[in-house]
Amino acid sequence: MSIEDLLAAQNRLEGALGKAFLSERVVMRGKDLHHELGKQGWLGLLVYAITGREFDEKQLRFMNFMWVATSYPDASIWPNQVASLAGTARTTPSLSLVAGLAVSEARLYGRKPDRRSMDFFQRAAAKLDQGATLEQVIDEEIAERKVIFGYGRPLARLDERVAHTLQFMAELGLDQGRHFNIALDVHRYLKGRGLSINIAAVYASVMADMGFTTEEYQLFLTLIFSAGMVPCYLDAKRRPEGGFFPVACENLVYSGVGARSW
Amino acid sequence: MSDTFELHSSIWREEPQAENPFTAERCFAYGYDVYGDVLPKSSWPEYLLLLFTGERPTAEAAMLLEKLAIALANPGPREPSVRAAMNGGVGGSVDAASLIAALAVGAGQYGGSHEVYLLVETWNRLGADLDGWKRYLAQPNQGYREDVWSPIEHAPGFDPHGVHCAKPVLQSLTFLAEVSPGSALAWLCVHRSELEHQCGLPLAMSAVAAAAFQDLGLSGSQAIMLYLMLRLPGAAVHALEQEKLGWKRFPAYGPAIHLSDDPGALGTPDVSRFEL
Repeated sequence: MSIEDLLAAQNRLEGALGKAFLSERVVMRGKDLHHELGKQGWLGLLVYAITGREFDEKQLRFMNFMWVATSYPDASIWPNQVASLAGTARTTPSLSLVAGLAVSEARLYGRKPDRRSMDFFQRAAAKLDQGATLEQVIDEEIAERKVIFGYGRPLARLDERVAHTLQFMAELGLDQGRHFNIALDVHRYLKGRGLSINIAAVYASVMADMGFTTEEYQLFLTLIFSAGMVPCYLDAKRRPEGGFFPVACENLVYSGVGARSW
Repeated sequence: MSDTFELHSSIWREEPQAENPFTAERCFAYGYDVYGDVLPKSSWPEYLLLLFTGERPTAEAAMLLEKLAIALANPGPREPSVRAAMNGGVGGSVDAASLIAALAVGAGQYGGSHEVYLLVETWNRLGADLDGWKRYLAQPNQGYREDVWSPIEHAPGFDPHGVHCAKPVLQSLTFLAEVSPGSALAWLCVHRSELEHQCGLPLAMSAVAAAAFQDLGLSGSQAIMLYLMLRLPGAAVHALEQEKLGWKRFPAYGPAIHLSDDPGALGTPDVSRFEL
């Protein structure tokens, strides 16, 4: 931006995606929030806010299922454990959930693999369009990046969400999309290497079929662990403070240098 | 993942009280008795560098960190992370939320810690290779892969809205280069003009910070952590100040926001029967 642009932007924001005309009305992405959007479900509003598009009932039911099926109220799951520690440390409800959600933007799970999984299916589809075979796409991906996000749990430990999700997708008729079928083809290919599809690949491919970009997908997923965190926070809060898996000094196992003087 | 419920660390060791295994009698950081030895003898930057590097720093390194901390402590209330904290303060948010807001906004790539990360990683990769830096700054997103971080929108370490290098940036760079035990800050002093010419942009404080972290021997992730911590004082005091000043003296941007897609007024339901 030029200095002139910056000077102009000090006092004026043009082309905003929304505005609250207080005491009058609210507009989100060209629609009146209360007149035109007020009677639909919250999830539909969320994805409208993210994409500016409206989704049909089956698609929204699937998105709702994703949120429900990912709400694991288990304090051993890292972001949930943050909420539990927040509870045992007696911090506020909002700070607890914010902390848990913030750590969900992780490398080993959560938002980074989610985005990368969708990115793979979108790039794979483009390469297939250009004439590559699926085997070539997979082998190149593994050669370049060493991993295909969304595949990895050993076959004996199939992600428990996968069967429920596939069944529900079939009921909704959402199992015919291109990216999802690429995901299945990749699974069949990788099965020979002892790898199986996990829920991240299923979700990412179906949401790619609905036209989400990776950034839109991450925005949609950002709050997805929140319902599972709440019981973890409350459970820790109802116990004595500091009572969530306390650690004795001797269970802090030290492997550093020996004692020395400053 | 362990099922023995032990925490592992090569940084911290504790000796328990005889009567209570959950209370530490003595705490050691990299072998140093923190409360018996470090507390009376060490300065804050010395202890910080011990925690980050595992070794007691030289006096020069501790001095560099102390002075860098002053340079970074308050980016001022116009800076996005401080403004974010002020939004917490003005509304009476819990104080921690103001700092969380500053951390989240200050983590970004426009003057934030991720910009510093990109630079420190590049220092580790290129060192003082001037031509390498020129190539990097011309194409900082080369090899970019899908990530929660978008491609950066300007040459890292340079002010995309700047005309000439800001005096505080120059003063910081010059002074820190004088006290630094390393060579990155000095190299940046020597090549600043050439790099600015290459980018068409003036140097920014993020580049000074990154060179200082390089001189302290820190990794990109260590630099992120310290940069975020060192900038919190300004966020804290401006959030607290804004709470005292009150919301009437905080910008109300509503009237300045304009829509390009507006359905217009659609009326308000008649609720006269409720006699509100």
